[in-house]
Amino acid sequence: MLLNASGCLDALTAPATARAFDAFVTKTVTPLPRAGNPPVRIAETAVGMLNSIGLANPGRERFLAETLPALRGLGVPLWVSVGGFKAHEYAETCALLEDVTIELNLSCPNVEEAPETAAEIVAACRAATSLPLYAKLSPASWDIAEVAGAVEAAGADGLSLVNTLRGMKLDAGLHPVLGTVTGGLSGPALKPVALAAVHACFRATALPIVGMGGVASGRDALELHAAGARAVAVGTALFSDPSAPNRIREELSAELATLGLESAEQACGIAHQEALPERKHLDARSRVS
Amino acid sequence: MGPYTLLRVERGGLDPGSPGQFFMLEAPGRLLPRPMSLCLAPAGELAFLVDPIGSGTQALAALEAGDSIHVLGPLGSGFRLDVDRPLLVGGGVGIAPLPFLSQRLGAPPAVLGFRSEWHAEAAALVPNAEVAIDPTLVTELIEPGFDVLACGPEPMLDAVRALTPGAQLAREAPMACGYGACYGCAVEIGGEWKRLCVEGPVLEAAA
Repeated sequence: MLLNASGCLDALTAPATARAFDAFVTKTVTPLPRAGNPPVRIAETAVGMLNSIGLANPGRERFLAETLPALRGLGVPLWVSVGGFKAHEYAETCALLEDVTIELNLSCPNVEEAPETAAEIVAACRAATSLPLYAKLSPASWDIAEVAGAVEAAGADGLSLVNTLRGMKLDAGLHPVLGTVTGGLSGPALKPVALAAVHACFRATALPIVGMGGVASGRDALELHAAGARAVAVGTALFSDPSAPNRIREELSAELATLGLESAEQACGIAHQEALPERKHLDARSRVS
Repeated sequence: MGPYTLLRVERGGLDPGSPGQFFMLEAPGRLLPRPMSLCLAPAGELAFLVDPIGSGTQALAALEAGDSIHVLGPLGSGFRLDVDRPLLVGGGVGIAPLPFLSQRLGAPPAVLGFRSEWHAEAAALVPNAEVAIDPTLVTELIEPGFDVLACGPEPMLDAVRALTPGAQLAREAPMACGYGACYGCAVEIGGEWKRLCVEGPVLEAAA
């Protein structure tokens, strides 16, 4: 299954790209409207990009009244990314949703940390809805597997791994480029971080994992599946290539075919299997006796 | 011409769009493409005016004949062309959309500002142009009674806005995607941060 990463696609301005995914993940919805951060919001770095969008969104009320009905018209399964600043705010939004999968954004690096722990927020949302709940975690915690175990115990149905990492860029005059000084680092720089997080959480929990971070090719997607992801999401690569979903899908099919696998699900967790014993190649010149 | 490079690419199946619209050009070796407004649409080609001031624009300016890059566009909304007495106003590399605009409007008068004689070599791209070179400001050449269509640095656009309410201003903002996905190109429109690639890049100056 291929998804977009939350905040990396507006399905209403690019419906063809959104339909190329198996499900569309919305930008994070917060209880109140958020204008987002002042510019500069985007900065390219050596092997990634920084963003400080700041969860710009129309707020829960307008999202439910206007955005969600418009998104339903696309005919793509929807995942709604839910954000907030307190556990009860997340839970209230969850209670208002129907017929979607919910991704709890527990880890946006561009807003202040929620005072409650990830597990407390998941527990509050679990009590508020029976919809599937995915917890999107930050890779910045010292032990992401422990957080994953805690949200599993709190009732999460799955994990989205990973959100961006906080980073900063200085301009030629040695001042921060971004209006908010720091932002979230994404793109190729994030892939090794995502692989490690998916690998660790696959071992620590039984939850299905959506892997994301620097996926720009079929090989990248395959590696996340191998580390333990059941599904994969594409983020930054969409910015340079709106046709990325179909291209990545085709490349992944070709990668799977060379491995003799029929589906991405079969590749899930391959990195955890014991390596096959090395084949002994006999390459000696043998004399006929 | 001067410090600028006129990058010409084969048009292929791409539509040149209308003046003021832009394209995202792959900058070889960089993660993100760069937004460039269309400068000219010669037969079978698209031409962009590039000022090589950063890593992406330098990679674009270094392209050689035969290289190929990914091009996405036309994007955004361009200039409104139903104006009675057009005057084109440009500053620096901001003259980029004006040659194509001039063509579509039948070579109306233009005033262009540059920081040096060298930079002003690019004025040759715009017919009927009067040129101001620093310290003379382009806004000193704007006479009343015209419908102004402008593109240039923010301070120039601010001055144009003050002089001629109702002017059409082509704005610029750092952009990761150009098609509404990244929310990076926020500019303040009517007191709100909005996406320039969706609402613009050409915006009407508030009266």
